[in-house]
Amino acid sequence: MRKSDPLLSLLALLAGLFLWTLAGSTRSPQAAAERLDPVRRLVSELGLSDPALFTEARYTRHLSQADLHSAFQDHPMALEHFPSGSLLAPPRPATHGRGE
Amino acid sequence: MGWLRHQRYLLDFIIASLLRRKGKNLGLLLVYSLIVFMLASVMLFTHALKREMGQVLQASPEIILQRIEAGRHALIPADYLRKIGRLRGVTARKGRLWGYFYDPAVRANYTLMVAPERRLADSEVIIGSAIARTRGIGPGDYLTFRAHDGEAYSFRVRELLASDTELFSADLVLMSERAFRVSQGVAEGWYTDIVLSVSNPLELAKIAEKLTLRLPDTRPILREEILRTYDSIFSWRQGILFVLLLGAILAFVIFAWDKASGLSAEERREIGILKAVGWETGDVLRMKFWEGAILSLMAFLLGYLLAYLHVFHASASLFEPVLKGWAVLYPAFRLTPVIDGLQVATLFFFSVFPYVVATIIPIWQVSVTDPDAVMR
Repeated sequence: MRKSDPLLSLLALLAGLFLWTLAGSTRSPQAAAERLDPVRRLVSELGLSDPALFTEARYTRHLSQADLHSAFQDHPMALEHFPSGSLLAPPRPATHGRGE
Repeated sequence: MGWLRHQRYLLDFIIASLLRRKGKNLGLLLVYSLIVFMLASVMLFTHALKREMGQVLQASPEIILQRIEAGRHALIPADYLRKIGRLRGVTARKGRLWGYFYDPAVRANYTLMVAPERRLADSEVIIGSAIARTRGIGPGDYLTFRAHDGEAYSFRVRELLASDTELFSADLVLMSERAFRVSQGVAEGWYTDIVLSVSNPLELAKIAEKLTLRLPDTRPILREEILRTYDSIFSWRQGILFVLLLGAILAFVIFAWDKASGLSAEERREIGILKAVGWETGDVLRMKFWEGAILSLMAFLLGYLLAYLHVFHASASLFEPVLKGWAVLYPAFRLTPVIDGLQVATLFFFSVFPYVVATIIPIWQVSVTDPDAVMR
């Protein structure tokens, strides 16, 4: 066995796995859609508008329902209290036209 | 065939050369893979989450109508359902009742919601899996709330919401309308907001405009705005994570550049000897090209595959503290593997190409000089 054989085999294996991950994302869009069906049904039944990803504060729980300036409500230069609130994008009234 | 054999001999030689400086090269491979892993994790996670949000939120209400009082979201009178009147394109309208409850026992915020379709008795609730996990309760157990008037109400948990819906239902407590009104102090004739169903999405903007004219103290939130909010939030968060990683990336760039471009005396001597024993400049360049390419390709593949495992098979557990913040309830969810080819191509280009270039240039400078001068 040559010195380069194990290395080439390893590279081929890694490259194969890489291509498999790329192919995997397009392989079964039907299965992916079916997996999301129960979530979509629940969202439709209850009229949910936001994911339960950031449950630490009211305005981070329902970002789409909160006032746009909720994360900056104390005063304009206030440091945001909640960690996920500090990662919120500042409102962009110029592009959204929803300034409040 | 001859060319291929030539490259194989070069590869054999490179491996021997890399193994001579085993510690240094393995260290480089490790740091290199780690940087690719972090960048790829952020990219894969954000893209998959954005895609999933986009697909699921397509099922959310077309229009949510909030009443605004002194600049804040306030309860909306049931009378507004009548005041909206007949609007062309609106197929259904109903009031929603929902709110929040802070549970001091586990210091968690719950989202209370009325679910008329579930036909719950006034003493029953359906809860999200994250609440059940945190409180250590299950179907048949009791959940006690302290109501707005200080009274304690106990509800029997009828069932848990399916765990595969946790991304949206982790903190939900579904209850009957009467239970909600009594425990939260919301009088009859009031709702939290109103949802409208619209069959033709092209009419949404016009309907929203009519709503604001008829009910000037309301704010319509369109589904497109919800989708846009999440799209921009995850892009913004991805950007912030990249900025946080920038320090680490720069440190790596300096390290890799120094390693790749600054030739040690030993390496110079090696090139001098190779040229003295008859190697051509092209051979030396090819050898160094392969060396750089193998190292960077290996780091890219290892980093990317680890990131894939982390995001899609380990629930992106490293990002949990960032997303969770101080929250107690956090959904356990598994994302569908969706990969953006362009993003991966960009990551590949920026992680492999600069390193290979940084390896080749100094070698070329050394290998075109006289072997005698290099070895001295």
